[in-house]
Amino acid sequence: MKYLLTIAGVLLIVLSIAAGLIWVERRLLAVWQDRLGPNRVGPFGVAQVIADTVKLLFKEDWVPPFSDKPVFIMAPGILMITILLTFAILPFGPNFYVFDSNIGILFFLGNSSLGVYSIVLGGWASNNKYALIGAMRASAQMLTYEVFMGLSLMGVVMMADSFSFCTIVEAQKGGWFIIPQFFGFVVFFIAGIAETHRLPFDIPEAEGELIAGYHSEYSGFKFGMFFVGEYLGITLISAIIATLFFGGWLGPSFLPPVFWFLLKTFFFIGLFILLRASLPRPRYDQLMKLGWKVLFPMALINLIVTGAVLIFLK
Amino acid sequence: MFSILRSIWLTFLHIFHKTETVEYPEVKPYLAPRYRGRIVLTRDAEKNERCVACYLCAAACPVDCISLQAAEDESGRRYPEFFRINFSRCIFCGFCEEACPTYAIQLIPDFEMAEYDRQNMVYEKKHLLISGEGKYPGYNFYKNAGVDMGVKGKGTGENEEMPVDVKGIMP
Repeated sequence: MKYLLTIAGVLLIVLSIAAGLIWVERRLLAVWQDRLGPNRVGPFGVAQVIADTVKLLFKEDWVPPFSDKPVFIMAPGILMITILLTFAILPFGPNFYVFDSNIGILFFLGNSSLGVYSIVLGGWASNNKYALIGAMRASAQMLTYEVFMGLSLMGVVMMADSFSFCTIVEAQKGGWFIIPQFFGFVVFFIAGIAETHRLPFDIPEAEGELIAGYHSEYSGFKFGMFFVGEYLGITLISAIIATLFFGGWLGPSFLPPVFWFLLKTFFFIGLFILLRASLPRPRYDQLMKLGWKVLFPMALINLIVTGAVLIFLK
Repeated sequence: MFSILRSIWLTFLHIFHKTETVEYPEVKPYLAPRYRGRIVLTRDAEKNERCVACYLCAAACPVDCISLQAAEDESGRRYPEFFRINFSRCIFCGFCEEACPTYAIQLIPDFEMAEYDRQNMVYEKKHLLISGEGKYPGYNFYKNAGVDMGVKGKGTGENEEMPVDVKGIMP
């Protein structure tokens, strides 16, 4: 019974954050662009989320006749499934997790690799030149950045001696991992932005570049799933950064631990939105050069130095 | 790298800036007095219509949205029998205001003219005529015109000379 309650609680929190992000992102972007966001529908515009959801639900759900139908319909679902699976192993509080896996980080990395499939299949099934170009660029970008996403986390794993998220949070009781692993944090943060293809790395879905990239043929609720899936991805990466580098649910005890976890997650979500408001989009080859020539060596050096220091200290 | 961090910091500081949004309809935007909005027909200081139905505005209009018909009243003064402007055609260019010799037709800073039915966008004279003088107070066309409509005698206006006596002998 408690198990079902935990699952329901986690799902509720995560899905309401992802849906609420529709409103939060528009208002935060507006604050940073000297304007007001949606403030008409409902108090402070909060009902904009409901309005957007209803609009997406009522749109004509058209599957292109020239597309590959089963793959077309399945692609957004894969994205949601892989991201929600990873939320099951994140600890929201000292005993507030669905299950504690002892290969936590590997599970997360595997799921994010599977998430790339949703984009590639979406672009391929659309049977549309530009969607395919978007999907190919997306897959190349995400592959590159996944390589050192994993490597940058290995420093954290070495310091905590385990792949499990719960153990890593426990190991930060003596000090958050941000200080010894600062470069790992930087590399993981940039890789995380590229994984969820947010600005500045949003070539796959850039509005001005390839119409809408890999999801140009999608409409109605399938597009809504890609859309909410992207917000879920942002929430996931923020939650993982908060867990691995900033102590997860650790914090002064005058507030419940879930609150600290959500506070840290929201801080990083705000940072994602600030990056979207402030940075221009680099060209595709500049993006790939940054990945292979700057971040990959940084991740490797971080790994080597962390390993050397830990061996020296033992 | 530093320039990227600086951009992020400067964007963050925009939280403390005033928003530029004008929250219409609770707050109306500022419009200059010469803003070319809705068209009105004005009267002079004696509350007579200024319009003399000279057709110059209809001729100047680039989209031909003005339609009028001249008529003379008992004292011989010209006035428009009907004066119709189709606001679904009007482009608010102000050429009619520039062409009008009597400052009758004027554009004022009002733009709130939305309608549901297209026929309601055709304004007749009773909708266009206002009781005031508009943007040019104190101007009376007949003070500068050549005709005598009870405002001044022939030849007695500014920059005007008395008409020549064609039956006299003196040059």
